[in-house]
Amino acid sequence: MGLELYLDLLSQPCRAVYIFAKKNDIPFELRIVDLIKGQHLSDAFAQVNPLKKVPALKDEDFTLTESVAILLYLTRKYKVPDYWYPQDLQARARVDEYLAWQHTTLRRSCLRALWHKMMFPVFLGEPVSPQTLAATLAELDVTLQLLEDKFLQNKAFLTGPHISLADLVAITELMHPVGAGCQVFEGRPKLATWRQRVEAAVGEDLFREAHEVILKAKDFPPADPTIKQKLMPWVLAMIR
Amino acid sequence: MGLELFLDLVSQPSRAVYIFAKKNGIPLELRTVDLIKGQHKIKEFLQINSLGKLPTLKDGDFILTESSAILIYLSCKYQTPDHWYPSDLQARARVHEYLGWHADCIRGTFGIPLWVQVLGPLIGVQVPEEKVERNRTAIDQALQWLEDKFLGDRPFLAGQQVTLADLMALEELTQLVALGYELFEGRPRLATWHGRVEAFLGAELCQEAHSIIFSILEQAAKKTLPTPSPEAYPAMLLRIARIP
Repeated sequence: MGLELYLDLLSQPCRAVYIFAKKNDIPFELRIVDLIKGQHLSDAFAQVNPLKKVPALKDEDFTLTESVAILLYLTRKYKVPDYWYPQDLQARARVDEYLAWQHTTLRRSCLRALWHKMMFPVFLGEPVSPQTLAATLAELDVTLQLLEDKFLQNKAFLTGPHISLADLVAITELMHPVGAGCQVFEGRPKLATWRQRVEAAVGEDLFREAHEVILKAKDFPPADPTIKQKLMPWVLAMIR
Repeated sequence: MGLELFLDLVSQPSRAVYIFAKKNGIPLELRTVDLIKGQHKIKEFLQINSLGKLPTLKDGDFILTESSAILIYLSCKYQTPDHWYPSDLQARARVHEYLGWHADCIRGTFGIPLWVQVLGPLIGVQVPEEKVERNRTAIDQALQWLEDKFLGDRPFLAGQQVTLADLMALEELTQLVALGYELFEGRPRLATWHGRVEAFLGAELCQEAHSIIFSILEQAAKKTLPTPSPEAYPAMLLRIARIP
């Protein structure tokens, strides 16, 4: 058995790992873990990742979790083009810096935007107060501004003239609020052009394929009560 | 001018970088930016790091933020002993796995008690008991995972030797110990790990790095902490409002 990736393309870090592996022709067996059915909470999946999170990677008897760790592992193991995670000390530090920053900022904003704006009311049938939603969207707005002003600036990509892991991780995050119907790129021409550049670098077909699930999330049938009960504690912990 | 490190030893990631640099004999000019006074939110510092966050490294014209990025940068630039950030593929992946989880489950959670016990009261804001309770539960859960999943039966969090992961974790735990949390009660493996990491670093270095945070409750009680500058208030209030 070769490399196995446990993913659900509904999850933003899973999309980053999926696109990265496909784009770099890394051979893997795809193991779908259906989040909205709660498959990640099953005993079977706990054998793979006791923390019950996707993505997870299995390479023979080596199991690895956390998307950034997985991306870096693949980068080193498969000798992908240098621009993804440059050898140059300072260029690499810029990628590390972005990856650390997004973890505690953009990640949270995009996740909350998706759940508060859409998944709670539409999928779980739980109303979200207008105040909560407004606060979430305001936070997203501030974070997007930081992304544009502090990281993108006038560069072609977030950490320099070439695409890197930073761009991949960022774009897959932004597609979360896009999936929820937020106008992420409106009024942000620099970010909009950057998105086109990232899509072109990744390849439009692959980009579309990876985002089919999130862009159709608004049409998910409402969760049945058993599933809802099962997912609720996980959702609340995830978006707190 | 050599490398400059902007830091405040009140903050966990600042201490991790400080300890790493000291332990490895990396020459740094230290620039203290007083977080409690809010010096990280005033113009002078924002010109260096517009995100207003510590620690920040300045290496000539190159300015780097985010503690984990700084630690990796220093370990590569100064070729520190391999165990910190192993070149072995799987061993390094374990360090990154921990750092990813740490960013999600430890960083935000373990920073909250300082706001509850010291920084909030300093500007006259009380964090609701319900939030404090929720934070306590999240801390317990994270400690359990730390002990069961990451430490397991190994001597250190990412394997047989001390890595950046242990250093980042140590400083977050130290923050809570300094605030009176009994973290190691009923967690013998975590307690042994804690002793092991401190022994590796050396008592003197730990004491030096931790003295400020270990005196914070006493300073708060005696009301000898500095007053935050008005420019720092909005960011402080926002931070408190975001406590889940």
